Amino acid sequence: MKKFINSPDTVVRDALFGFAAAHPDRLCVDVERGVITRAERPRAGKVALVSGGGSGHEPLHGGFVGPGMLDAACPGEVFTSPVPDQMLAAVATVSGGAGVLFVVKNYTGDVMNFEMAAELAAEDGIEIATVLVDDDVAVRDSTFTAGRRGTGATLFVEKIAGALAEQGADLAAVADVARLVNERSRSFAIALEAGTTPAAGRPGFDLADDEIEVGVGIHGEPGRSRETIRPARDLAARFVDSVLKDLPLSSADPTIVLLNGMGATPLLELYLLFGEIAALLEERGVVITRSLVGNYVTSLDMAGASLTICRADERLIELWDAPVHTPGLTWGG
Amino acid sequence: MDTVTTDLVLSWLRTVDERVREHADELTRLDSAIGDGDHGSNLHRGFVAVTAALTRSSPSAPGEALTLAGRTLISTVGGASGPLYGSALRAAGKTLDGVEPMPGELLQALTAGLEAVRKLGGAVPGDKTMVDAFTPAVEAFAAALRAGSGLPAASAAAADAAEKGARSTIPLTARKGRASYLGERSQGHEDPGAVSTALVFRALADAAAD
Repeated sequence: MKKFINSPDTVVRDALFGFAAAHPDRLCVDVERGVITRAERPRAGKVALVSGGGSGHEPLHGGFVGPGMLDAACPGEVFTSPVPDQMLAAVATVSGGAGVLFVVKNYTGDVMNFEMAAELAAEDGIEIATVLVDDDVAVRDSTFTAGRRGTGATLFVEKIAGALAEQGADLAAVADVARLVNERSRSFAIALEAGTTPAAGRPGFDLADDEIEVGVGIHGEPGRSRETIRPARDLAARFVDSVLKDLPLSSADPTIVLLNGMGATPLLELYLLFGEIAALLEERGVVITRSLVGNYVTSLDMAGASLTICRADERLIELWDAPVHTPGLTWGG
Repeated sequence: MDTVTTDLVLSWLRTVDERVREHADELTRLDSAIGDGDHGSNLHRGFVAVTAALTRSSPSAPGEALTLAGRTLISTVGGASGPLYGSALRAAGKTLDGVEPMPGELLQALTAGLEAVRKLGGAVPGDKTMVDAFTPAVEAFAAALRAGSGLPAASAAAADAAEKGARSTIPLTARKGRASYLGERSQGHEDPGAVSTALVFRALADAAAD
């Protein structure tokens, strides 16, 4: 394992110091308590958005803290959900009296720890709503699994709900739009190489030179099937077919399309793949209203990509276009 | 002496810390096969913190020690194993009254711990989780007490049953947690949570044997 680390045990803590050093004007990083908040104090009467999850998915979630998106992020250990104490510290810091929305990716550990935090915060009289993000179509949503995983749609949920909260909407409305975005978003991912967690020191799974892992998540766990590498044009069809099978779209639907890199795939390849995906979507009569290509919901140094599509409407597009100023996502005046 | 002393519980928890340390690589390897490969390091971090917390506050009753251990795991581990192990120990600690409870009371505490895990995680036996080791361990502990065994023999029976339960997860298809994403590809691997639960019961048996 070759990584820019000091020790596998201190990766997250050491990275938080760097996060603080890189964004002193925008962010307030409490390394001891493991909480990243906006530099400015909470606005009274604004619904606060708190998210978090295991580290290793940067810029998610800490890189999405800032005006127009999250109020706080709680980074856990690598691929391990944060502990309830972190969420409680975040709530205490960013609550503006109008309630707090927890944006939680649907993983067993994340759900449990956020649930514990929500119960404790409620005992302190703070109103908490939770939205679970579960967009990954590679997992069957049934009683025989932990349910679909939360992946790329988390960015859509945090951006759009964050925009509505910034406009002063109440907690119920912000939670509703977050759930709506999740319901209308689907993702699918393919890995070319597994990532290496600092704790394990070796790749999460081994692939031969011509093998790819199809239907992977963002934690290095193996996917649904192992297949042979094919030209990007063919793999683009695998992405598009998988997502559209679960998310029927008509040409009247505006869409937001994210082609996300998993951490070790060059932008050159991501753009190449996006070109193939865009051509296929056009063939199928799908209109790409907004698009985003880059590394946003990564999986350490996994090579691969995920496609997320949101079936939007005019209002969701407006909220998507609203100004956002975070280390990971910035646009608008 | 066949009571559950504070020293016994402290020795148990310290032994868990040692066992987790010794087996961290094995747990990580098992977790890499069907999870994300961090079960060993997460539990290790948690039980190091438990040992430190127990040293700091030197609890005076067995229940108090277990409750503190549970709270510490919830605050330091994260993931699913933090809340699950933490809730189990906390529930067990809250059930275990008095300064030197009897083995029958430890059975009630272990049962409360198992209930807490099943309630929080929603898993039932056969789901390929820690419940597959925890459930037979508690049953074996109860059966041994009914048959007239003392604490050391009952704890050893529980550890044997937990290890057997862990091995029984190998052919199963995971229905809970991250391994469930793999569907049938999770078959053929021992569940890391069931293996760590067996370590916890083996540590109890070792502590009770001393």
